[in-house]
Amino acid sequence: MTDKTHPQEELARRLLGPAGPELGCDECFEELDRYVELELARGGDANAAVPGMRAHLDGCPACQEDYASLRALVEAEA
Amino acid sequence: MSEAVRDCELRGGHAGHVTLRPPVRAQKIRTAAGERSEGWIDELRSDGAERDEAIGRLHALLLRAARFEVMRRARFVPHVRGGDLDDVALQSANDALVAVLAKLDRFRGQSRFTTWAYKFALLEAAVKVRRLAWQGREIPLEPTEWPRFADSGSSPHAQTERGELLGEISRAIDTELTPHQREVLVALALNEVPIDVLAERLGTTRGALYKTLHDARRKLRRALDPEEERGQADD
Repeated sequence: MTDKTHPQEELARRLLGPAGPELGCDECFEELDRYVELELARGGDANAAVPGMRAHLDGCPACQEDYASLRALVEAEA
Repeated sequence: MSEAVRDCELRGGHAGHVTLRPPVRAQKIRTAAGERSEGWIDELRSDGAERDEAIGRLHALLLRAARFEVMRRARFVPHVRGGDLDDVALQSANDALVAVLAKLDRFRGQSRFTTWAYKFALLEAAVKVRRLAWQGREIPLEPTEWPRFADSGSSPHAQTERGELLGEISRAIDTELTPHQREVLVALALNEVPIDVLAERLGTTRGALYKTLHDARRKLRRALDPEEERGQADD
């Protein structure tokens, strides 16, 4: 998603959600720390290691915010 | 579908959600960070002054994370004063400390201990600030009116296509969803109510609400494109 996404397309995306298997919020929270560290590690493939995470983050704004905050905090402390 | 996704088992009764198998790459690698994580666990499981000192350090770490999160979100609660935001951060750190100590056995060593602990403080702070932002506001569960969008830069064809898609979605919301699914979808996806705010108002959990949202979205996608959704249903 980019800033150029039309608001109507963005609304349709929110209503229809991500296609394909995705984690639930509880599983997302369980895996969040591992996912973030894999993303920040050189050569880490977070999406392969934690399948369904990216789809969930695309579909759940609250978990997306939690992810963004944890990533920002870990990066800030690196 | 990737090999990694195929490795996942679909959880019974939760179609479309994946449950991870026991992590096959979870062997603990001895690194400096790993040893520091083990140090945290050992100290927090010890007795007396060593444990008290470790809890004090952990609380300071959680407070730092909670303050980080509260500052990131302060613009959403302009009516809350700085001192009150500090209280929110402190309460978040306190609640996170209780959660971390209760869940020490669930730390699997797959990240640094500090990263694992941070997420509890960030979650507590985020939930508290989101609830403050919605304090006293009505939760809209019904679509009062579909949003209107300025569309001067688009071609007539693109405008028509987008309008038709939203029209189809609107009809599917009316015809395909249960009343509860419709309420949850409208609140979360149309009116953008934060999921933990809605969970608190409805007396349920974030996970249960997301499951309802997931099922509702799937019904809508199936109504719009049965062929595309058939492949997902067979996974």
